[in-house]
Amino acid sequence: MSIWEYANPAKFMRTSGAILPFAVAGAALCAIGGVLWGFLTPNDVRQGATVKIIFLHVPAALMAINIWLMMLVTSLIWLVRRHHVSALAAKAAAPIGAVMTLIALITGAIWGQPMWGTWWEWDPRLTSFLVLFLFYLGYMALWSAVEDADSAADLTSFLCLVGSVFALLSRYAVLFWNQGLHQGASLSVASGERMSATYKYPLYVSMIGFFLLFVALVLIRTRTEIRRRRLAALLARENRA
Amino acid sequence: MKALLWRDLRLATRAGGGFGLALAFFLIVCTLVPFGVGPEGRTLALIAPGILWVGALLSCLLSLDRLFALDYEDGSLDLLASSPLPGEAVVAVKALAHWLTTGLPLVLAAPVFGLLLHLPGPAYATMMLSLLLGTPALSMLGAFGAAVTVGLRRGGLLLSLLVLPLYIPTLIFGAEAVRRAATGQAVTTPLVFLAGITLATLALVPFVAAGALRVNLR
Repeated sequence: MSIWEYANPAKFMRTSGAILPFAVAGAALCAIGGVLWGFLTPNDVRQGATVKIIFLHVPAALMAINIWLMMLVTSLIWLVRRHHVSALAAKAAAPIGAVMTLIALITGAIWGQPMWGTWWEWDPRLTSFLVLFLFYLGYMALWSAVEDADSAADLTSFLCLVGSVFALLSRYAVLFWNQGLHQGASLSVASGERMSATYKYPLYVSMIGFFLLFVALVLIRTRTEIRRRRLAALLARENRA
Repeated sequence: MKALLWRDLRLATRAGGGFGLALAFFLIVCTLVPFGVGPEGRTLALIAPGILWVGALLSCLLSLDRLFALDYEDGSLDLLASSPLPGEAVVAVKALAHWLTTGLPLVLAAPVFGLLLHLPGPAYATMMLSLLLGTPALSMLGAFGAAVTVGLRRGGLLLSLLVLPLYIPTLIFGAEAVRRAATGQAVTTPLVFLAGITLATLALVPFVAAGALRVNLR
């Protein structure tokens, strides 16, 4: 079994249709469960009840970056092997990534207001997320602006490549520009544990939940795209007849 | 290649082209800022590095949608694509022509605009140097954006949405260098980064932009 088999849309539709119910169920269970479990944890000594927003903020931020990474990989697969489902998956993932970025920005602002005393700060992490959001907007705008589907896939793939380099560059350039007040990573393999188990496990569950949510949404949206393509092909055939 | 460069330069300077338009735009930006923030010299001096760089960026953006669009409309881009000259070279030459008609005049005129914004004395040389190092990157990235949007109706607005985020690192290092010079700090690091960005775009962007052009001419 390899991903190349799924370049056949019929095969992709069959497999994704089989996976989809499990992904939806798992996403509902873990995302709702994780966030609820998070909200039932005791208040933090220093941060009070506001600490609970991390169960939305951290998974959303994690997904926001990884969805762009997934789009980069699928774009490369499209450019190298003309894998149509791959291009459509990238198209389907972009709005989800944009919403995840927006969730991370908004929950961060809600958290930042009582903690840092400000809704917005020109801090490296915050700024690089705003830049990432702009890249998502540009990517989606380009998809909707180009009429021919294959050209659109090509051009957005180019944009995704160049955008990835510059999103990364902006990430480190803003570090140079302004040392901010966002704390470092709380969960890190290198630095060991810095978070108590009370918060860690619900956070893990809600991360898994957000990941499954993304899988479910991207499958649904890709299936919609494939059906839209089929419909367009049918209509074109009808017009020719 | 030389013929193409001369042709583009002649078109820009003679046929009521964009030459000087970017400069006039820059002048207007520098005139508007004191109206917006007040004419006090100290405030202006504080924000001058940022305003100068943002102004350079915007005036560069202004002329980008003409980079390939005119040639696309009259069909000469198709001729260029079928000529023995590789697409990468076409992109590079056109970006060079764009830089010569917008970037270079900006570098040369920058001291006048610095004067208007009360830029502190020691920063002038750094400002010109940072613009000299940074504006080629702006032209190259702009050429990529123009190549992506060339076939589109209303491409101009989309072009700015695509290109401006790409300009962020250049803007950060450019303005940082001028700011450091204005406050008497060492300027080597941001200038080196700026040169690095420019060299990287010179080396890589022609390939991506030529690819995008080929897609749009398909």
